[in-house]
Amino acid sequence: MKAILEIKRGTPGAEPHIETFEVAFEHGQSILDGLRAVRHETDPTLAFRFACINANACKECMMLIDGKVDYACTVRLKEGVTTLAPLPKKALVRDLVTEIAPPDERLHGKG
Amino acid sequence: MHLETDVLVIGAGGAGMYAALEAAKAGASVLLADRSLIGRGGATVMAQMTVAAALGEQTPDSWEYHLSDTLAAGRGLCDERLATMMCQEGPARIREMDAWKVGWARNGDHIAQIHAPGHDRPRCVYVDVLSTGPAVSRTLRTQLNLANGIRRVGDLAIVDIVVRDGIACGAVAVHLSTGEPVTIAAKSVIIATGGLTRLYRRNSASFNMGGDGYALALRAGAELIDMEFVQFFPIGHLAPRLVGMDPIMWDPFRYKLGGKLLNAEMHEFEDDYAAQDARSDGNYVLTRDRATYAISKEVESGRGSPAGGAYLSFKHVPEAELRRSFGQVIDKLAANGIDLTQQLVEVAPIAHYHMGGVRVDETMQTGIPGLYACGEAVGGANGANRLSGNAITEAFVFGARAGQCAAKTALQAAANWSNEAAAPALNMLRASEKRDTPNLSVAVTDLQALMADKVGPFRTEEKLAEAIVEIDRMASELGAAPPSSGQSFDPLLIDWLDLRNMLQVAKAVAVPALARTESRGAHQRDDHPGLDEAWTLNQIVSLSGGDISLARGANISKKASA
Repeated sequence: MKAILEIKRGTPGAEPHIETFEVAFEHGQSILDGLRAVRHETDPTLAFRFACINANACKECMMLIDGKVDYACTVRLKEGVTTLAPLPKKALVRDLVTEIAPPDERLHGKG
Repeated sequence: MHLETDVLVIGAGGAGMYAALEAAKAGASVLLADRSLIGRGGATVMAQMTVAAALGEQTPDSWEYHLSDTLAAGRGLCDERLATMMCQEGPARIREMDAWKVGWARNGDHIAQIHAPGHDRPRCVYVDVLSTGPAVSRTLRTQLNLANGIRRVGDLAIVDIVVRDGIACGAVAVHLSTGEPVTIAAKSVIIATGGLTRLYRRNSASFNMGGDGYALALRAGAELIDMEFVQFFPIGHLAPRLVGMDPIMWDPFRYKLGGKLLNAEMHEFEDDYAAQDARSDGNYVLTRDRATYAISKEVESGRGSPAGGAYLSFKHVPEAELRRSFGQVIDKLAANGIDLTQQLVEVAPIAHYHMGGVRVDETMQTGIPGLYACGEAVGGANGANRLSGNAITEAFVFGARAGQCAAKTALQAAANWSNEAAAPALNMLRASEKRDTPNLSVAVTDLQALMADKVGPFRTEEKLAEAIVEIDRMASELGAAPPSSGQSFDPLLIDWLDLRNMLQVAKAVAVPALARTESRGAHQRDDHPGLDEAWTLNQIVSLSGGDISLARGANISKKASA
């Protein structure tokens, strides 16, 4: 099976652009599995945030998946197009990474 | 950017958060740094299992009994000072967490304690259902919020500890979300970065458990101990793909409901290994190391499951009982398309915990004054094999102790920061450049495959020697300066910094594993089966001239448990 990931990429201040990646997948695999495959097979510069990979314990991989806020580690890959974008209400860091830490846990965000 | 603090804590898992709380309580200013978000990364938040402490709530108990079980599991190699501290101080920390409303499961009017393998009585507390780790992390995060004097900074990856005249004086870091280098002046530094299980292909680790702290300690001049002992968890989830769950989740199912391990011929094979094998103690229930052996041998003999493990079956358990024991987990499984009454799952050994680690004294200080370690990053307490339930206990106890002692040192010390001592790490970061490199995320998986195949649970001289040659080759290929894509949150830079640490730590495991010509606990040599009394000693790893160097401690067999 093949999934097509349309990913909104960019850095703060620059005009974002959409890049499309195709990844092979097996039934049950997650969006996060797909993103890791993109880095591995195609583009290692793709930025996204995660820590626990699989357990949905760290809650770091939150992003906009087909227009809905969700965790990349629990939403499954599907055949056809899935759109991925950074969280709209958080400051963009790069690609799918946003500033999600509470302000008093940031280097520059105190107060 | 330059920051100043009394105590720098590296890593915000259970151990690091406890260290920060105790250091602040002792009056020190604290900077709690994590490369991930605070209290989110690391192993603690993923723990679904139990925490061992001799509370005597369920049944009369004493810390001496817990210690004796810990020493027996450690196969003669435990550092008794550390093991004693863990068992003796564990109950007070468990009760403190209870007062902080972690929510330990209750049995009537007392804290429930279950009987986990290797313990002589019910001793392990937990939070229902499979929620121990998230509850512990949440509780400690709340305490951090309430405490004064603790600055928390996420997305801050420590690159090197700075040492001046043999004394730790801070660290050089990179702020991941901006890419800017950060210097941190600290009068004492605590390594609380957890273990190294990301070095292996199949693991239960977070992305950030690549052994950072061991590499930081080595480069700072500190010693590591027992690095050859990597614990593999025998029945990690393998297939079908299961998301939203920790891969070690099947253990509580087996304790409660007695799952059956089957090979491709649908034969229940545990019995075959319980009596016949020289490494077995003849018990029906195989311990972790023996179950790992049994599954690996079945796969080697061509009787593995399709994904390369064994089948685990709960088909004999009525649905009502499954639901009564694991209600909401059964729903999660259903969402993954798994119905345990109808189908088998596949399991395989996965890297789970590291017994080895930074060598410390009773104050959790390394050989470098001002440099401390705690939690899984510390080596010695668990010897050659860890008893189930001891990981979070040691995180609490060693974290608290390290925080107290590091604060005491910091409050007596004068600032010792040196820009000159920080220069090499800063220059390395500044030398990063846009250049073509092989895809380093592929190099990470190559290293994971190498470690699994050649430095895994079953080892030979030939495989280990090959691994060391390959690790050296990869390290020379990596080069001395990181690549960069010149932007914030740079995945290329992160991969490079990770590999720099992972390759150093991989060698720190392979070299003592090659030297230890016996089989003991988690270190099993196919070419040297059986325990050798002459090897009742700890091996010490350090860095000498930029390369891994090995020394032997004294034989401690008089302490070996009968």
